[in-house]
Amino acid sequence: MSNRHLTTAVAKPTALTHPESLKNPAGPSAFAKDPANAGLTKADKVKLYTQMARIRHFEQRCIRTYQQGKIGGFLHLYVGQEAVAVGTLSVLGKNDHLITGYRDHGHALMVGMDMNSCMAELQGKATGCSKGKGGSMHYFAPDKNYWGGHGIVGGQAPLGTGIAYALKQKGLKGCCLVYMGDGAVNQGAVHEAYNLAALWDLPVIFIIENNGYSMGTSQERSTAHPGSLAKRAEGYGMDWDLVNGHDLYEVRAKTAIAVKRAHEKNRPTVLEIFTYRYFGHSMADPDKTYRDKEEIKGYREEKDPIKLWEKELLNEGVLTDALVASINEAAMEEANKAADFADASPYPTVESITQDIYWEEDNRGKDTTSRGTIIFE
Amino acid sequence: MPILSYREAIRAAMREEMKRDENVVIMGEEVAQFNGAYKVTEGLLKEFGPKRVIDTPISEAGFIGLGVGASMLGIRPVMELMFWSFSYVAFDQIVNNAGNIRYMSGGLINCPIVIRGPANGGTNVGATHSHTPEAMLAAHPGIKVVCPATPYDAKGLLKAAIRDNDPVYVMENTILYNDKGEVPDEDYIVPIGVADVKRAGTDLTIVAHGRAVITSLKAAEILEAEHGVSVEVVDLRSIRPLDEETILTSVRKTHRALLVEENKPFCGVDAQVAYIIQSKAFDELDAPIGRVSSIDAPQIYSKPLEDVQIPSPARVVEAALKVLA
Ligand SMILES: Cc1ncc(C[n+]2csc(CCOP(=O)(O)OP(=O)(O)O)c2C)c(N)n1
Ligand SMILES: [Mg+2]
Repeated sequence: MSNRHLTTAVAKPTALTHPESLKNPAGPSAFAKDPANAGLTKADKVKLYTQMARIRHFEQRCIRTYQQGKIGGFLHLYVGQEAVAVGTLSVLGKNDHLITGYRDHGHALMVGMDMNSCMAELQGKATGCSKGKGGSMHYFAPDKNYWGGHGIVGGQAPLGTGIAYALKQKGLKGCCLVYMGDGAVNQGAVHEAYNLAALWDLPVIFIIENNGYSMGTSQERSTAHPGSLAKRAEGYGMDWDLVNGHDLYEVRAKTAIAVKRAHEKNRPTVLEIFTYRYFGHSMADPDKTYRDKEEIKGYREEKDPIKLWEKELLNEGVLTDALVASINEAAMEEANKAADFADASPYPTVESITQDIYWEEDNRGKDTTSRGTIIFE
Repeated sequence: MPILSYREAIRAAMREEMKRDENVVIMGEEVAQFNGAYKVTEGLLKEFGPKRVIDTPISEAGFIGLGVGASMLGIRPVMELMFWSFSYVAFDQIVNNAGNIRYMSGGLINCPIVIRGPANGGTNVGATHSHTPEAMLAAHPGIKVVCPATPYDAKGLLKAAIRDNDPVYVMENTILYNDKGEVPDEDYIVPIGVADVKRAGTDLTIVAHGRAVITSLKAAEILEAEHGVSVEVVDLRSIRPLDEETILTSVRKTHRALLVEENKPFCGVDAQVAYIIQSKAFDELDAPIGRVSSIDAPQIYSKPLEDVQIPSPARVVEAALKVLA
C-alpha cells in the first residue's frame, strides 16, 4: 500500500452547475454524443427508460400500500431522483459494486432485484429480500454486487471504501460506487473514508445525491461552503465533478469517466449529482415547513428526469407515444402484482427471529470454531 | 513445550493464520513500520510485506469501517486497536455495521472481521484509556467477544477468531503481554464459547475472565494456604458465546459462587452470569452470589488508588470469605 502524498493535478470543474444549470430550459442533452452514450442502441435507450419507469411505478405503488397501513417504519421515496441510480449504475461492469444509504429502492431495482421481494420486504414478509429482517432502509443483494441499504447517515462510506480496498487487494479490476445524500457529507465517517480512499489509491466513487435537503434542512443551512459539496474532494487530492442529475446522458457520461479513473488508475472521485425529491423526506414528513410547493411543482414540471428522457427519445425517434404507454402500463402492472405478492406472503416465523445472527449458529456441525450459548433468553 | 509470552502467542496466531489463508491482512495504527504500539505485530511487516500488514491513519471509524466492508467480500482483516478505549469513535462501524449486517440481510452477507487490542485498566493512564467494553459489546447479538487470560488461550482464541465467519472482538490486556506460559508449536484452536477450569476446587466457584482470572488464581492460593478453603476458578475465556454449562457444573459442585471481573459493576458481564446461576441453579446455592468488580467510578489516574479501584487478590479473598461464611 503506497502511503505517498499525492501531488498529481486533479480534475475539477470550472463552473458550478447547480442551481444555475437547473434554471436552463430543458433542451437536447449536450452529452448525447458523449463516448459513454454514442454506443447505446435504441433498445438500450428504451431499457433505460423502462428502468426509470419501473422505479417510479414501484414507489407510487408503495405510497398506496403505506397509506393502507401495510408498511411500517420509515419509507424514503426516490421519486424524482431516478436518473441518478439508473444513469450511474448503467455504466458499470462485472466487478463493479455499490453501496448506498436508506433511500435505496431505486438502486435495488436497477441492479435487478425483483419487485416482489422488494415489496414484500417493505411489508415485513418472509419472502422479502432480507426475509423481513431489514425493511425499506436495509435492502441487500450481494449476488448483484449490491451491499445495502444502510440506515445510519454516512455509515456506508467506510464500508464502500473497504469494498474498493478488497477489490484492489484481490487484484480485480473493479470499483465501488458509494451513494450518500447532501446531509451525509458532514459526517466524520465520510471524511475518514475520503482520506483513506485518496491515501491508499482506492477505486471508489463517492456519489453525493444532492437533492437540496437533509430532512428539513436545506443545504445552505447544513453545510459550510454550500457552493459545492464535491469541492471538498480537493482537500484530499481527489478528482471531483458536478453533474446534472436530470439528464441521464450527462449522468452516464460523467460516471463513466470516474469509473475509468477507478479502473485504470485506482483513483477515487467525488461526483455531486444535482437532483430533487418530490415527496417528503420519508412518508412521515408532512413536508410543510421547509420548502414551497412552487419549488416542487417547478421541478416536477420542468425537470422530471423521466419526462426529459422521454422527450429526448421521442425527439430521437427511439420512443413512440404508444411504446411509452405500454412501458408504463407494464411497470404499473408489475408493481401491482408485487403488492399482491407481498399481501399474500406470510410473515416470518417466530423461530426466525433468532436466525441469521451468527453464521456459526446457522451452520452447526460445519466448519465452526465456536460453541457455547450464543443467544440469551 | 515452548514457553511464549502472551504477546508472542498473539503474534504467533497471526503469523500462522496469515500463512494459512492469504485473505488474512493486518491493519491498524503503527502495526507495520513501528512494529506495533505494544510490539504485538513486531516483524510481521518484514515477513509478509506491506500488502498484508498495513499502517492506517488515526481514523478508527474509517479503517474499521473499511475492514467491515472488505470482510463482506471475503477478506479476513485483523484490525488492531491501540486500545479498545478508542473503539468508541468507531462504535457505529463496530456495532451497527459489523454486528447487524448478517441479520439485516437475512443471512446473505457475512462479516468475518477480527478486532483486537488491549482493554484494561491498571496502567495509570486515566479514564479515557482504561475502558473494558466487553460487556457493552457482548450485549449486541451478532458480535462475539473473547477475553484471553493466558498465552495458550490468547493464541488459540485468536486463531479461532480469525477462522470464524462472524465478527469477533478480542480483548487483550497490556499487563498480561509479558506473562509467560506453555504454548504448543502445533496448530490448535481454542473454540470460542468454551470456558476453562483453571483450578479445580470443592468449596467455592470463582467465575472470572481476562486478567481477573490471574487475580482470582492468586486469591485462590491465599485462601487455600491461609484459610484452608478449596477454590475452583472458572475462566470464561469467551463472553459471547458464553459457556453456561461449565459455570453451572462448577456451581452444582461447590454450591457457592463469587464472580470477579475488572468491569465496573453496573451491567457488567457478571450481572448476566449471576442471573444465569440464580435462574438455573437456584436450589444448588448455599449462599448469595458474591461479586467483585472495579469500584464504580471513572478510572482514577492516581496509581495507588487505581490499584484499589480494580480487583486485587486481597479484595477477592475478602469477598470469598463472605460467601463462605
Ligand atoms: C447518524 C444519523 N443521524 C441522523 C439520522 C436521521 N436521518 C435520516 S436521513 C436524514 C437526512 C439525511 O439527508 P441527506 O444526507 O441529504 O439524504 P437524503 O435523505 O436527502 O437522501 C436524517 C437526519 C440517521 N439516520 N443517522
Ligand atoms: Mg438530501
